Amino acid sequence: MTLDEILAGLFPSGHDVVVGPGKLLLGTGRRVCGRAVEVIGIAEGEPLGIDGVLPLAERVLDIAAAGGDAPMLVVVDTQGQRMARRDEMLGLNEYLAHLAKCLLLASRSGHPTIGLNYGRAAAGAFLATALATDVLVALPGAEPAVMDLPSMARVTKLPLEKLEALAKTTPVFAPGLDSMTKVGAIAQVWDPAKPLDVQIETTLATIPAHDVRDALGAERGGRLLATGIAWRVADQASRYRRV
Amino acid sequence: MSETGRPFGASASWFLSTARERLAKLLDAGSFTEFVPPSERAQSPHLASFDLPAAFDDGMIVGCGRLDGNSVLVAAQEGQFMGGTFAEVSGAKLLGLIRAARDDEKLPRSILLLLDSGGVRLQEANAGELAVAEVMRAIVEARAAGVAVIALVGGRAGAFGGAGLIAATCSAIVISEQGRTGVTGPEVIETNKGVEEFDSRDKALVWGVTGGRTRRLIGGADAYAEDTAASFREATLALMGKARPFDLATLRAEQARLAGRVGRLGGCDRAAAMWKALGVADPRAAGDMDDPVFVALVADVKGAGDDAR
Repeated sequence: MTLDEILAGLFPSGHDVVVGPGKLLLGTGRRVCGRAVEVIGIAEGEPLGIDGVLPLAERVLDIAAAGGDAPMLVVVDTQGQRMARRDEMLGLNEYLAHLAKCLLLASRSGHPTIGLNYGRAAAGAFLATALATDVLVALPGAEPAVMDLPSMARVTKLPLEKLEALAKTTPVFAPGLDSMTKVGAIAQVWDPAKPLDVQIETTLATIPAHDVRDALGAERGGRLLATGIAWRVADQASRYRRV
Repeated sequence: MSETGRPFGASASWFLSTARERLAKLLDAGSFTEFVPPSERAQSPHLASFDLPAAFDDGMIVGCGRLDGNSVLVAAQEGQFMGGTFAEVSGAKLLGLIRAARDDEKLPRSILLLLDSGGVRLQEANAGELAVAEVMRAIVEARAAGVAVIALVGGRAGAFGGAGLIAATCSAIVISEQGRTGVTGPEVIETNKGVEEFDSRDKALVWGVTGGRTRRLIGGADAYAEDTAASFREATLALMGKARPFDLATLRAEQARLAGRVGRLGGCDRAAAMWKALGVADPRAAGDMDDPVFVALVADVKGAGDDAR
């Protein structure tokens, strides 16, 4: 689906979301009930750097400051963080973390947040946007990844054929929608053949109050150990409570 | 002597120490208790598929101890095991620790993260990336519940990728000259964008861009430590009572701080130009000067002190 089709499908009652400078998405959509959904995002595979983070974060803070309970939709198609000496020199890690913190604050302030991955999503840009929402959904054709397999082969010095074969047996490292769903990162995959406005309403009605991604990963068999280990650490820590 | 047989004291190099040595010297003597210790064999089930050895602690050590008598929770990454990477087990150990503090106000209200990490472990990339996202959310929730989360960066692997984002999600960051932080490492930028964009073999350039002195000067870290456990301890203690709350006002201040930094320094193409723009008269001398002289210089630089987080 193209971005235009997605936005038209989500908001049949209208929206003013546009792709502006830096391929940043900003605007508001109208739900069928007449209420607003605030939209931010990044489109066309554009890498996310410091110049992209600042306007997005400012918009999120404005929404949090305005009060109310309008949901926020974070739409992402980005190849990853911008790889540039300038961005690194200025502290890109702080900028990306800032956007994630703003989204988490908005959620805590009463604005449910949905991430929507419809194209690429990778690495630090993924952490700063879609992975910092209450619930992450995807559309078929989305390509979430930490790193593509050829690059991974280079860095790990393993033959590409071996990685391709391993990818078929475990979701723990291979790029792609299926893997990211199995480990619990993506909560739902929407069906493009059905009305998106109905599907976003269903998602909004079932936003989890807590981070349930480790439980999802265990349930789906993609991340079997994480939940138990986190629980064991917390359990052993509880012996050291102040009395 | 340390457990590796090398002489070890509070003055030994933080950069060269193992994670366990750092914990032993940072905390009050004998005060450290480990949760899910190596005897429980919480190790990666995935590395064997890649013909790689696992470690009984998966390179992440979590527990509690005391810092100058104050109870703290601590986590330390072992940068010499798989680059200190976030993976299914190592990530879950850290997540469990932070969530415990978030959920139980009777647990220590300070968490120290001794980061030493290249980011996400590629052999477990999806589990590792997601663990970083979960940890970032848990840090925010813990901070909102009144917990101070302090990152200490000075290990060989620095704090890159997901570890760089985690550091910047904390209440405060302590860094040493050898500590490096960022998102994409210089080698990866060079591979993807060419040697003209970033020459990873130009060590002066690399340290200038990612190193602890630049980070401290531009406000990318809140405190500067010498390369010893004693200095990290002192800097951490000074920050422990001062964490800003996690709220709209702090993030507004952070937005202004980060936008202001781009306005002041966004036109610079090398670290030396940034230092100059910040008012450092002789950037080359500042790179070479001893730590105490550098600390005095930081006090005079505008921007280094306006940390919001």
